[in-house]
Amino acid sequence: MHPAPSVIIFNTFSGLGFGLLFWLGMGVLVPTGWAAFIWFVIAYLFAVGGLIASTFHLGHPERAIKAFSQWKTSWLSREGICAVFALITMAIYGAGLVFAGTRLGVFGVVGGLASLGVVFTTSMIYAQMKTVPRWRHWTTPAMYLILSLSGGALLAGQIKIAAVLLIVGGVLQIFAWGTGDRRFVEAGTDMESATGLGHIGKVRAFEPPHTGTNYLMREFIHVVGRKHADQLRIITIGLAFVLPVVLLLLASNHLIAALAVISHIAGVLALRWLFFAQAEHVVGLYYGKR
Amino acid sequence: MTQLPPPSAKKLGLVIDLDTCVGCHACVVACKGWNTENYGAPLSDQNAYSGAASGTFLNRVHSYEVQPDQGAAQLIHFPKSCLHCEDAPCVTVCPTGASYKRAEDGIVLVNESDCIGCGLCAWACPYGARELDANEGVMKKCTLCVDRIYNENLPEEDRQPACVRTCPAGARHFGDLGDATSDVSKLVAERGGFDLMPEQGTKPVNKYLPPRPKDVEPEFDILAPYLEPVAQDGTGFAHWLDKALSALPGGPK
Ligand code: SF4
Ligand code: SF4
Ligand code: SF4
Repeated sequence: MHPAPSVIIFNTFSGLGFGLLFWLGMGVLVPTGWAAFIWFVIAYLFAVGGLIASTFHLGHPERAIKAFSQWKTSWLSREGICAVFALITMAIYGAGLVFAGTRLGVFGVVGGLASLGVVFTTSMIYAQMKTVPRWRHWTTPAMYLILSLSGGALLAGQIKIAAVLLIVGGVLQIFAWGTGDRRFVEAGTDMESATGLGHIGKVRAFEPPHTGTNYLMREFIHVVGRKHADQLRIITIGLAFVLPVVLLLLASNHLIAALAVISHIAGVLALRWLFFAQAEHVVGLYYGKR
Repeated sequence: MTQLPPPSAKKLGLVIDLDTCVGCHACVVACKGWNTENYGAPLSDQNAYSGAASGTFLNRVHSYEVQPDQGAAQLIHFPKSCLHCEDAPCVTVCPTGASYKRAEDGIVLVNESDCIGCGLCAWACPYGARELDANEGVMKKCTLCVDRIYNENLPEEDRQPACVRTCPAGARHFGDLGDATSDVSKLVAERGGFDLMPEQGTKPVNKYLPPRPKDVEPEFDILAPYLEPVAQDGTGFAHWLDKALSALPGGPK
C-alpha cells in the first residue's frame, strides 16, 4: 500500500491526541485554569490536526459531511461520528476544568472512552480489509490502541503507565510483524486463484494491460523501499519503545521527558510508514507483484 | 445506502471466454470511448502524449503465460472489469452511500455527486476494478453500460455493454446470470465457468470460461520413415557430403 504522508501523519498524531484526551478524561491528571487550557490545546492540536491532515487525501473534502451517514456498515463513517462526539464531549469537560475549575466526571469518562473509540474505529478501517491480509488481524486494533494509550500517557507525563504500556507495545509490535509476514501466504490468494488458471499450470504475468502506470499501481503496489524494512523495524523499536522507556527510567526532568516524547513520535512515524509500505494488497497479483 | 440489498433475482453480468479472447484491447477502447462521454465524469488521462502516460480505465486486458508441467506454455489474454459481486465489499465500506448495488438487477454503481474520493472502496475490491479519477477526484468503475442496456433510443442490437458489442472475437457475453435458463447461464454450465479469487468471498456475478485444452500432436507420422535424419554412423555418400560441406568456411560443424 502506498504510504501517503497525510495518512501517516493522521494516524500518528491523532492517535497521540486522542490518547492524551483519554487520560485527561479519566482524571489521571486533573489540571485546572490555564494549565488545563494548555493541556487541552495540545491534545486538540494533535487530534484535530491529524484529522485535518487525513482529509488531504480526499478527492472531494468539501463533501465530507456526507461521510457521517453510513455508520451501519462503514467503519470510516463510524470513525467520523465517534470523532465528532468525542471532541464535543471532551470540549465540554475541558471547559469545565478551564473556566469553572470543576471536573464534570461523566463527560470526562464518556469523552475519554469515545476518544479510544475513535482510535479503535480507525484501526478497524484497516483490519476489515480482506484484500490486505497483513492488516486483517486482531493485532491491528490492539496496536492502534496500545500506541494511543502509551503515547497519550507519555504526553501526559504519566511515567509508570507509559513505561509499562510502551514495553507491552514493543513486544506486541514484534509479534504483529512476525505473524504478519506470513499472513499473505496463509490467506491463500495467489496468481493461480486470481486468474483461475492454476489448473493448467504455473501462472506468470506476461504483459501488463498498459505501458505506463495507473491508479491501482500507485495506490496498492508499493515495493520501493521495502528492502530497508528490516533496518527500519529495528529503528522503530528503538525509537518508539526502547529509548523512551530508558529515558523515563533515567530521570524525570522536563528536557528528558521531551526527548522521550520526540523519540517516540519519530519511532511511531516510522512504524506507520512500515504499516503501509509493507502491507500487500491482493490486486498486486494481477500484475505479478506483491 | 451502502447496506447491500437482499440478493436480486436478476443478476446482470458478463461472461468472458478466455479461450477466444485474442487480446486485441478493442473492448478497452470501446469502454473508454462510451463511458468517457456518457454516465458521470469523463475518464481522464494524464500526460497522454508523453512517456509517462496514465489514465482511468474501467476495463483492462492483462496477458498471462501459463506453464503446464508438461508441454508448451500457453499465452492467455485476460480482460478484467468490475464483476458486480453479490457480496460486494466495495459497497459496505463506503462512508457516504455513494457506492451502491442496485436491488433490481445487481449492478454496482457509484453516485458521483455523493463520492468524497476517499478511495476505500478501491481498497476493498480485490480485483482492482475501481480507479479514482485523477482529474475529477471521484471513483470510477464499470457501470455495465447501464445507459446502453436499457436505452430505448438505441437500436435493439446496441442495447448491450460497449465492450460486448465491440469484441471482434465473440469473447464477451452479456446476460442475466440469475436466470438458469439464460444463454449466459447455459454457457457457464457447459464450459465450467469459474469465479476469480473465490476465497475472498465476494461472490462475483461475472464468470470466466477456461481456455479449452490444447490438442496433443500425435507422434506418428506416415512420412517419418522416409525422412529419417542423415546417418550418423559415418559411411557412404551422405557422410562424405556432410563432411565436405562442413569443411567449407561458414559451414555447419
Ligand atoms: S469487482 Fe470489485 S468493484 Fe466490482 S463489485 Fe466486486 S468488489 Fe466491487
Ligand atoms: S471513494 Fe467514493 S464511492 Fe468509494 S468509498 Fe469513498 S466515497 Fe464511497
Ligand atoms: S475485444 Fe474481445 S478479443 Fe479483444 S481483448 Fe476484449 S475480450 Fe479480448
